[in-house]
Amino acid sequence: MSSGVKKSGRLIKAPENFLTAQDARAPALMRRKFLAASASTAAASLAALGLSAPKNALASVGEGDPNILNLPAHTTGLGMPVAANPYGMPSQYEKGLQRRESPGLTRVSAASVAFTPLQGTFGIITPSGLHFERHHQGWWDIDPSKHRLMVMGLVKNPKVYTMDDIMRLPSVSRIHFIECGANTAMEWGNVAVPTVQYSHGMVSCSEFTGVPLAVLLEDCGIDRKAARYVLAEGADGSSMTRSIALDRALDDVIVAYGMNGEMLRPENGYPLRLVVPGIQGVSWVKWLRRIEVGDMKWAAKDESIHYIDLMPGGLHRQYTGIQEAKSVITTPSGGQTLLDKGFYNISGLAWSGRGKIRRVDISVDGGRNWRTARLESPILSKAFTRFNIDWVWNGGPAILQSRAQDDSGYVQPKINQLRAVRGTRSIYHQNAIQSWRVADNGEVSNVQVY
Amino acid sequence: MSRFTKSLRLVASAGMLAICVSASAQGANQKFSGIGRTATPAEIKAWDIDVRPDFKGLPAGAGSVAKGQDVWEAKCASCHGVFGESTEVFTPIIGGTTKKDIETGRVANLAREDFPQRTTMMKVATVSTLWDYINRAMPWNNPKTLTVEEVYAVTAYILNLAEVVPENFVLSDKNIAEVQKRMPNRNGMTEKHGLWDLKGKPDVVGTLCMSNCATELKITSFLPESARDAHGNLKEQHRPIGPARAIDTSRPAAAAPTADRPVVVAAAPAAQAATASGVNAAEISKKANCTACHAQAAKMVGPSWTEIAKKYKGDAKAPAMLAKKIKSGGAGNWGAVPMPPHPNLKDNELTALSQWILEGAK
Repeated sequence: MSSGVKKSGRLIKAPENFLTAQDARAPALMRRKFLAASASTAAASLAALGLSAPKNALASVGEGDPNILNLPAHTTGLGMPVAANPYGMPSQYEKGLQRRESPGLTRVSAASVAFTPLQGTFGIITPSGLHFERHHQGWWDIDPSKHRLMVMGLVKNPKVYTMDDIMRLPSVSRIHFIECGANTAMEWGNVAVPTVQYSHGMVSCSEFTGVPLAVLLEDCGIDRKAARYVLAEGADGSSMTRSIALDRALDDVIVAYGMNGEMLRPENGYPLRLVVPGIQGVSWVKWLRRIEVGDMKWAAKDESIHYIDLMPGGLHRQYTGIQEAKSVITTPSGGQTLLDKGFYNISGLAWSGRGKIRRVDISVDGGRNWRTARLESPILSKAFTRFNIDWVWNGGPAILQSRAQDDSGYVQPKINQLRAVRGTRSIYHQNAIQSWRVADNGEVSNVQVY
Repeated sequence: MSRFTKSLRLVASAGMLAICVSASAQGANQKFSGIGRTATPAEIKAWDIDVRPDFKGLPAGAGSVAKGQDVWEAKCASCHGVFGESTEVFTPIIGGTTKKDIETGRVANLAREDFPQRTTMMKVATVSTLWDYINRAMPWNNPKTLTVEEVYAVTAYILNLAEVVPENFVLSDKNIAEVQKRMPNRNGMTEKHGLWDLKGKPDVVGTLCMSNCATELKITSFLPESARDAHGNLKEQHRPIGPARAIDTSRPAAAAPTADRPVVVAAAPAAQAATASGVNAAEISKKANCTACHAQAAKMVGPSWTEIAKKYKGDAKAPAMLAKKIKSGGAGNWGAVPMPPHPNLKDNELTALSQWILEGAK
């Protein structure tokens, strides 16, 4: 194949006017036509077109890759000193991966959401700077020496804790996902957004460090006979409140100050937030200032006006908290173009508010046939689980889907199954199987398939 | 409110030190000695502001619809509209409820797929929620500054707009339970679902079929070509290496990069214009929530940046006047809807902001 190839280090791109109108519309299609032909035929047809070389990686290298042959400045010069960036930042080439708002979703950016770029993250930990943001009345950077937590209500001894107090107590560190109840809400009725950042980016996963809420409730002498619920309240302007069941509060809820090895970021509640594993993010009250123990739910604004799920017929489901098992393929995903035919590692994330992920299945034909993916360790309760599976793209159209099952036996449903029961207007708790269509030109797009 | 307030008050009279000693003596847990201290009655009173559906926590007091209208027009209308109907900044508060709903306790329009919006009064089942939320979080940029009377009054005004109470009504802790019986959607909530209790039964569960599964294989929804770049150029929203490239949505689909057409790494976005003072006015306008009410060209709650720049073009006094206006707020220049004050902005930020606005907010 290399015999007829001009020794050149670079590809010479075809001028646009050598392409037929059809080929200009689908250059990838044209490439496959060439590849499908025998080498000699391809070479002949290329010669007829006056073009240089077929797109064979080895053939096109010529003498060699200039990135190897010509030593770059970073190999022949002196690099930067230590602590040039006292707090390290990502490479300048990673600027594309940022939290972003979805245009038109909200009118006020202090009561809005910025989505995590799931298309670019690896493993199960979301970098703190990319953790999704959702604020109800703006965020603050609170002086931790002035922050207080009050625990009161149905307790023998209502108490005030400083951050010093809380950080002296025995701590736990646990990895959990946090997902907004409205994640994927824009897709209840139809496809609305192009990429996994906007369709699924209201979810993140971090290692949180703090004191189990049960420790604080015990320290204050909770009235176990009368207590049924706790109320969590924030210190910001919205002073958001949410009701939490007592059995959950005494189980795995954490009053957290640490996130991924450092203090919480201000946008995520510095210096103190509640971690309510498996429950929608709105219950993870940020800038936590007060826990009240009580005997009935509070019907707070965000459990009576928002975060209620409208059902067909006009009833709202109230106090819907659990984030049911969900998964999504992050690579490849919507808004991307595959580089070429051949091998790909399909990779994605699965999580469940009811426990551990037991299994993830992958379909590349729109849900007709499925293969079980590899689950990477660790596999933790109420945390992201990373899955991978081998796939060779043959250049034809494909529809990629992932389907998660958790250790309760629950299986992630299809969008039409959800709609049949809940309609299209419930906003919250949309955990349907996601479909990514791969077109024959390699473009991946967001679609819905029944 | 805490049931221990009274006993604590007795203890408090003995002095702060005595509180700590006696409280830890009566506390259930001695394990973490030296950590935390008993909350004082004044502290509990300052923070224990929640009002429950059974009205526990509701302070005694009253407020009239008429007073509520005054407060509303001064502090609420700029975002929510004079009649609570505005969709400009937030979802509307008023609309969609009927007298029939007040009788049945179910808002009929919620069952209609074609009804355009869901207002607060269509959804909320509990009047305590309105009182609690207005008290804790409103006004938007100055929460917790309303008096008890003002919170009762604003709640009464909203209830009057929704025809739950008459125009001459005075809402109080004495009659609020009666008002609850007239809330239009008071019977509109259900807790019959599996999403609260860990052991709750899921309502929709998929299947584990592995081969030849039932599927229509029909694409029922996709993004129209016209929405290709609605989220900006996707090319700039991913890294320049990896198994797939983000699509350059500034170009039509056919021109998408492939292996034949090597990806051209997008240039870094141009830095946003900073003013001479080094303060980025565009950023401030976002942080100070100016964009909640002002847009580039379209009139929203307030006039557009373009309108303002046009009105004051060539006026030497405009920069100082505008800076002052942003800080102190006011009404009259652009109609009745008042602009809220922004006391937290620094002088150099105000100068940069007014200069930026007068230059067309580019």
